[in-house]
Amino acid sequence: MTPKLAEIWVYLAASPLLGLTVTLVAYQGAYWLYRRAGCNPLANPVLIAVTALVALLTLTGTSYPTYFAGAQFVHFLLGPATVALAVPLYAQFRRVRTLLVPVAAGLVAGCLTAILTAIAVGKWCGASTPTLLSLAPKSVTTPIAMGVAERIGGIPSLTAVLVIATGILGAVGARWLFNSMRIDDPAIRGFAIGVASHGIGTARAFQVSEEAGAFAALAMGLNGALTALLLPALLPLLRAWMGA
Amino acid sequence: MLEALTQLLLFQLAGEVVARGLDLPVPGPVLGMLFLLAALVLRSGPSHELQATSHGLLQHLSLLFVPAGTGIMVHLHRVADEWLPLVAALLASTAATLAVTALVMKLLMRPRTAAAADAP
Repeated sequence: MTPKLAEIWVYLAASPLLGLTVTLVAYQGAYWLYRRAGCNPLANPVLIAVTALVALLTLTGTSYPTYFAGAQFVHFLLGPATVALAVPLYAQFRRVRTLLVPVAAGLVAGCLTAILTAIAVGKWCGASTPTLLSLAPKSVTTPIAMGVAERIGGIPSLTAVLVIATGILGAVGARWLFNSMRIDDPAIRGFAIGVASHGIGTARAFQVSEEAGAFAALAMGLNGALTALLLPALLPLLRAWMGA
Repeated sequence: MLEALTQLLLFQLAGEVVARGLDLPVPGPVLGMLFLLAALVLRSGPSHELQATSHGLLQHLSLLFVPAGTGIMVHLHRVADEWLPLVAALLASTAATLAVTALVMKLLMRPRTAAAADAP
């Protein structure tokens, strides 16, 4: 680098402008790729953007806190966006009344299964306690999952990645699983996808049918709220179980 | 937009104050979401402005996970050390959650569909 360029780099590397800009550029590039791939869940834009950013930061020797000083302006919006989830949730609210019993029972069963099987399998395979606590909220939408992980002693950024992976797994595998189980009611298929794999699964369900998508969106919101209330309340029991 | 954004921040603030004040383990923004949902039920629906602002914010929800997701670079060693339990837990738990939720619902919905099928 010429001295002038080096000088500019020193300035930019220390300013929040660069972290904010690369976040937006990386996401828009990743979103473009996702659209080009026909919205294939395997081409998840968050996954692509995060991979690109980690590679970029590693190559330029930039530390995560330096990057985050700029990216925090995007990160801050997660709070109001979580509050805003109440609006689509309200829109689905009337549908619950007609199917109150199956929806409530499916929700509670799915929520507990998601938390308990993740911890049980992880523990059985030898995961550490912070990793198990980061796994526990993996089925709920990222802003809620990260908030819960932080509250219960998990690692929010690890949770964010596990949530995305869960969403992709559900979006890719649900069709095959439901077909082999002979479950063909779109309301059930959609609701189960929403409980297990939040927004990424919901986006996939909307591609299949409007009804499945609406039920997935409803399930995503309800499971987010239930997990946020249930998981911290279960924490003492879970900690005793994990032996920590 | 400004009014709706202020409204969202006020609900978030209320959620944060209640969560910290009462020492609740629930994240503040989640409480804020539940407060807003209660308010929407009471007022029977969001204002046009709140509807539009929420839509705009949620349309690009994925972008908001990127800064935190990038934080994985600090924990790469943990993923490398514990990749087996992570992969096993994600696969087993996602499949189990899909299957259990669907089976419970199917079991409880059967009477309704059977009754409908029996009807002339």
